[in-house]
Amino acid sequence: MASIDFTWLIGGPQGSGVDSGANVFSKVCAEMGYQIFGKREFYSNIKGEHSYFAVRVSDEEIRSNVNDVTLMASFDAETIFRHFNEIPKGCGIIYDSDLDKTTTDEVHTLDNYFKERLHKELESKNKPFTIAGVLEIAKEKGVHLYPVSFRELLSTLAEKTENPKLKGMVRLFNVLAVSLSLGLIKMPLDPLLQSINSIFSKKPQIAEINKQAADFAYDYAKSKFGSFQYALTGNAKRPDTILVQGHFGTSIGKMVSGCRFQSYYPITPASDESVYLESHELLEIQNDRPGSTLVIQTEDEISAMGMMIGAALTGTRSSTSTSGPGFALMTEALGWAGINEVPIVITLYQRSGPSTGLPTRHGQDDLLFAVHAGHGDFPKIVYASGDIEESFYDTGRCFNYADVYQIPVIHMMDKFLSSSVVTCKKFDPQKISIDRGMLLDKVEGEYKRFAFTDDGISPRSRLGLDNGVFWNTGDESDEFGHITEDPQVRIKMMDKRMSRLDLITKKIPDDEQVVSFGIYDFTIISWGSTKGPILDAISMLKKEGINIGFIQIKLIHPFPSDYVKSILKDAKTIIDIEANHSGQLGKIFKQNISREIDYFVLKYTGRGMTSTEIYDSLKKIIENKANKREVLSHGA
Amino acid sequence: MALKLADYKTEVHNDWCPGCGDFGIVNALQMALAEMGIERDKATIFSGIGCSGKTSHFINTYGVHTLHGRVLTFAQGGKLANPEMTVVAVGGDGDGLGIGAGHFVAAGRRNIDMTYIIFDNGVYGLTKGQASPTLKLGEKTKSLPSPNTNYAVNPIGLAVASGFTFVARGYSYDVRHLKDLIIKAVRHKGLSFLDVLQPCPTYNDINTRDWYAGVDLAQESMERHSRIYKLEDSHFDPMVRYDDETEVNEKLSQALIKSLEWGSKIPIGVFYQNEIISQYSTRLTDKIPNYLENPPSKQKISENGLPTTDVSEILDSLRV
Ligand SMILES: Cc1ncc(C[n+]2csc(CCOP(=O)(O)OP(=O)(O)O)c2C)c(N)n1
Ligand code: SF4
Ligand SMILES: [Mg+2]
Repeated sequence: MASIDFTWLIGGPQGSGVDSGANVFSKVCAEMGYQIFGKREFYSNIKGEHSYFAVRVSDEEIRSNVNDVTLMASFDAETIFRHFNEIPKGCGIIYDSDLDKTTTDEVHTLDNYFKERLHKELESKNKPFTIAGVLEIAKEKGVHLYPVSFRELLSTLAEKTENPKLKGMVRLFNVLAVSLSLGLIKMPLDPLLQSINSIFSKKPQIAEINKQAADFAYDYAKSKFGSFQYALTGNAKRPDTILVQGHFGTSIGKMVSGCRFQSYYPITPASDESVYLESHELLEIQNDRPGSTLVIQTEDEISAMGMMIGAALTGTRSSTSTSGPGFALMTEALGWAGINEVPIVITLYQRSGPSTGLPTRHGQDDLLFAVHAGHGDFPKIVYASGDIEESFYDTGRCFNYADVYQIPVIHMMDKFLSSSVVTCKKFDPQKISIDRGMLLDKVEGEYKRFAFTDDGISPRSRLGLDNGVFWNTGDESDEFGHITEDPQVRIKMMDKRMSRLDLITKKIPDDEQVVSFGIYDFTIISWGSTKGPILDAISMLKKEGINIGFIQIKLIHPFPSDYVKSILKDAKTIIDIEANHSGQLGKIFKQNISREIDYFVLKYTGRGMTSTEIYDSLKKIIENKANKREVLSHGA
Repeated sequence: MALKLADYKTEVHNDWCPGCGDFGIVNALQMALAEMGIERDKATIFSGIGCSGKTSHFINTYGVHTLHGRVLTFAQGGKLANPEMTVVAVGGDGDGLGIGAGHFVAAGRRNIDMTYIIFDNGVYGLTKGQASPTLKLGEKTKSLPSPNTNYAVNPIGLAVASGFTFVARGYSYDVRHLKDLIIKAVRHKGLSFLDVLQPCPTYNDINTRDWYAGVDLAQESMERHSRIYKLEDSHFDPMVRYDDETEVNEKLSQALIKSLEWGSKIPIGVFYQNEIISQYSTRLTDKIPNYLENPPSKQKISENGLPTTDVSEILDSLRV
């Protein structure tokens, strides 16, 4: 175990500053040299519903959240009702003492399903249906309570600073919660004040008010709160560390990879990437005039797809970013890109389906859909990233795959990744290479866009290139790109396109296809964002002397069957871990290498997996107490 | 080397029905390209799906035959990434005003400098004659089992309302006039729209060549009298002359009113033109100053296989 493993949770109604509170807290901890893994959970709602942010802080590398919360800072009743059970003995809750008498019925955003479960628990323990009731349970368990009246705090501050406006300023609650927490855990205040300065750099007056509130609450916690066994006093800084949000990997990856056209239609959790790209649309280019990313918000995802393809035909590296519902609309044009051998990258930030599903919650539901997307047989690549840092480099790879194999690439990301905030090693742009494959700069003589070649890849002209005239069509075509229904040409063209799938598994280096973290009797197969919690769970077990193997499959389509088969030959029990209902990777695995999955660990509540949950289920599996399907459910 | 009309023709076998109005449109388009002397490799014809969609294969420039209803999306993407290229999008009335109607409206709002030509034949030709969005309510072509139950969309009116800045109508059997219209449309700075009345002799037995020629009217009045007349022959000024709300509103409403004329008199020619509204590229250069000199397709992104985009400022701001 890391010597410091601390989880701080802040919650409150959507729009009340939970996010900025958490971002400030994360920034402060990162500045103090800690590693951060934070995740955000929120409803499909703009104002009022419950949202929360759990920030895990450690002095060692962490890649996931855990179940237990060390300190919860709450400024509303709902957070306490929903999360009081996550705080174990010896840990703490800072809460607004004005809320003591609040009943569950007074919190309108508490849904009946949750209320019923909570009432049952309170009844069984003979407690009233109030904040005081749930806090009594916590207290009896050994949780430390730190009550403070937020309003009184502000009134006193208003008097002290002779600024009566501060009195009812609910907007300051988040700063108070952060500052009270920092005071309690003995973190220095300075980084917080600096963070406030930089957040409100354009509004010095607001910065001042926030700093006063921070200072005051910080001192209050230090002097008035009792003791707390956890302290975060700072750690040696790791060089070259950055604090990033989920979509930074693919966004900055796109800039570096030379993506210059991105069309998109707004959808959670994908549009953050496009908005980020547009807010950084002007690009600095070494030894050249400035460049730019053209970001176009289209009328729908069909248009996003069409525009991207149109742009890609001019030789521009082009992409779109979407989620399940949007991707569903893109599939017809995906086949068009397939038959016309157009290099495009679709960044697919999955969320829980089907249909609108849980629109702001996590899921790895779309793997089979991505692999099978589009009608007819055509080659494509489905490639999955396991964490934010990886997604930066993978974005570079995806564009190269697209160009080299002249093929659409679907880059699998998800809500777990997009809504986490983590520290990681600074992205290194020089580790991204740019390979445009057979893209032509000039054409001489007769040109055939789809010329038959030995490896099935034809030199590629682009719209507007001198002498490079070609045709495209969604119909079957001849070498020039003109429509044909000739059966013999059809065979040759289908074979030419489909032969690419073998070429891809042959040419892409093994370690870009699959990453092996060791093979043991029990070995996990997984893909995408489960990587972090799996690795953390494995290291927890390792500390107990238990070795579990893990392969992270990144290239999902075409599936690297031979390679996966060979590296797993010594594994006796295969455990498939995924955030979906049907074990989609497991299905692909079985289909391709004719081997059964022994255990499935699945989660489809829309909340990401914690390493605690995975650890628990692996334990059960090893002890032979597990069901074939272990279904996880932690998280509010 | 000067380009001749023949240079814009491909050898691809044309499988349209004999007498189809589409031939006239392709000819007019090839003539327009030749007359403007646009290099073959500096123009792209994007097309939708339908009989009309095959057009791009008959023209010897870059040709992109896209998907049903989506032609404008591909065309706009291509033009945005390579603004130096001349872009003409073509497609059927079903393609552009049925399945693709949303893109039609959205394209108007953008006003990207390119041309869109709809082959308006009142039917879904390639799927054997179902009613297209421009077929009038209650009409029953020979291919329909029962009369059309939908009200017809007004392509000119919709274009004007959506923000197209050049809106005109042509007739596929008046090839010279159509060629001139295409040249005007391509030279227009902004998004131009051409609604081309295109008889489909195979499925539309109502709006036939004879009908447009007024043969039926001739029988009544004993004299031959074409339904089609040219706006430029009447006192109709489609041009928005100065940047003034009253002027714009007047020209917009007169275009809309003109577009409602149908039956015994059908106007062709330019209904509306406005070069005062900013083109999309101007809106882009407001935020990306060198967009036109260094558009997406021209940008250098690497040197010796390594990226040249410098993101160090962003990365430094994330450093802790
Ligand atoms: C998504 C989709 N739906 C249906 C079709 C079948 N389809 C092919 S052409 C066409 C209609 C063509 O009518 P129009 O656009 O008016 O072109 P025309 O043939 O009249 O020139 C349809 C519905 C298709 N190709 N794609
Ligand atoms: S069906 Fe009609 S539109 Fe299609 S080719 Fe024949 S005549 Fe022309
Ligand atoms: Mg039609």
